[in-house]
Amino acid sequence: MSADSIVADWRPSATLEVLAARARMLAQIRAFFLERQVMEVETPLLSRHGVTDPALESLRLERAGIGGARWLHTSPEFPMKRLLAAGSGPIFQICKVFRDDERGRRHHPEFTLLEWYRPGLAMHALMDEVAALVRCVLHRQDLAMQRIAYRDLFCSRLGLDPWSASPDARREAAIRRQVPGAAMLDLDADGWLDLLLSHCLEPGLGQDAMSFVYDYPPSQAALARIRDDARPVAERFELYINGMELANGFQELTDAAEQRRRFERDLDDRRGRSQAPVPMDEPFLSALAAGMPETTGVALGLDRLLMIAVGATQIDQVLAFPVERA
Amino acid sequence: MASYKTNEFKGGLKILLDGDPYSIVENEFVKPGKGQAFSRVKIKNLKTGRVVERTFKSGDSVEAADVLDTDLQYLYNDGELWHFMHPETFEQLTADETAIGEAAKWIREQDICAVTLYNGQPLSVEAPNFVVLKITETDPGLKGDTSGGGGKPATLETGAVVSVPLFVQIDELIKVDTRTGSYVSRAKEE
Repeated sequence: MSADSIVADWRPSATLEVLAARARMLAQIRAFFLERQVMEVETPLLSRHGVTDPALESLRLERAGIGGARWLHTSPEFPMKRLLAAGSGPIFQICKVFRDDERGRRHHPEFTLLEWYRPGLAMHALMDEVAALVRCVLHRQDLAMQRIAYRDLFCSRLGLDPWSASPDARREAAIRRQVPGAAMLDLDADGWLDLLLSHCLEPGLGQDAMSFVYDYPPSQAALARIRDDARPVAERFELYINGMELANGFQELTDAAEQRRRFERDLDDRRGRSQAPVPMDEPFLSALAAGMPETTGVALGLDRLLMIAVGATQIDQVLAFPVERA
Repeated sequence: MASYKTNEFKGGLKILLDGDPYSIVENEFVKPGKGQAFSRVKIKNLKTGRVVERTFKSGDSVEAADVLDTDLQYLYNDGELWHFMHPETFEQLTADETAIGEAAKWIREQDICAVTLYNGQPLSVEAPNFVVLKITETDPGLKGDTSGGGGKPATLETGAVVSVPLFVQIDELIKVDTRTGSYVSRAKEE
């Protein structure tokens, strides 16, 4: 390494103006929730349990001093739901979360998440609250809000019904939309939808507006409740601004038995893909069994919100010290 | 055989795809909010020089290409092949017309060239960025013209033809930028 790069390495990669904007954003968010009487909470970053989702890789630490194997959380969801079950009422948290193998222009293995829960509030009402918060942080009261169902998005933009299209039709849609190397990819049914969403649809979503995509295929429910319509849908939504995903929310699953089945299915998938096993969060399952109120919840990436606020194109522009110079 | 996972992808990494060696030019990590992540890469085919894009599923492995960049000394051309020698091991290697490419126009015996080896054999040869070569043929320019306002073709000792100022004469040495094939200046014997 040259002397020059050693000298450069001690400096923050974000400008001091951007760091000041970050501080203002955090203050605005706390004021927003204080006014709405949503309580700020803190839960552990290090847990005895990991996240089972095969698309997320928790960082694992093993030290005698902390009692053996521990996992850094990928979101504060499980302990926050334990607080809801304990009767906390509406709560929010701002914390660092950690995800292995995620690094890119919009990804950093450690990032700041705002997560909040609203017992009794319906999913579309929570979307309204997300929009209010974003308008407040961006000082853009005029920022338009759009809602589009996941199925309508795929049908109108790709001519593909995500509920009924065969895997071959999904692959053909990706080839038709010239996703490079699509013909060579080996993906499962949801993998093709993820490819189409991230490569063909996401770049066009939320152009100078907030686009909320909602009602996902049941296979992509994650921790959302499934609504048994004629065509069942997962009550889940995502927010996109300027072609970037910013938030993910659920009408939360409250059924402990169903939650356990989903964890077990995740663990099966992990085994099938030779991914590391993780212990499922039993205290969280116990909390669901004891009774968690009907609630909606959402997680919003604050680094990305700050990117939009200051017009940054790379996440490194809003971080004091990215992982390479941490 | 060595292989790389997508989380090891970065610019300059050499991978084997469909039987051809490629170098990664750019890697972009793409992931929807939840679900499958992808690596979208720009890759350069080291045989053809063509840059293409490919999408990989995160976690996929790709075979590593046995590609090595090294400096070799050019020895001679036997009419068909260009012979090189490793300056330390004295191992001799030959490059064919495809591998030598444009470099054939610029290199002289003894020159050190950057050679890319694929499975131990020269895949491409790069001439040094600047070479000093003797003019073997050019029209006598107008006497006293030192303005460099005009130009004329000059054939060099390697056979390459470059445009030189009118005042430059046969048997003079000139410095050439091999990347653009253009005259830089007159030169003295090194």
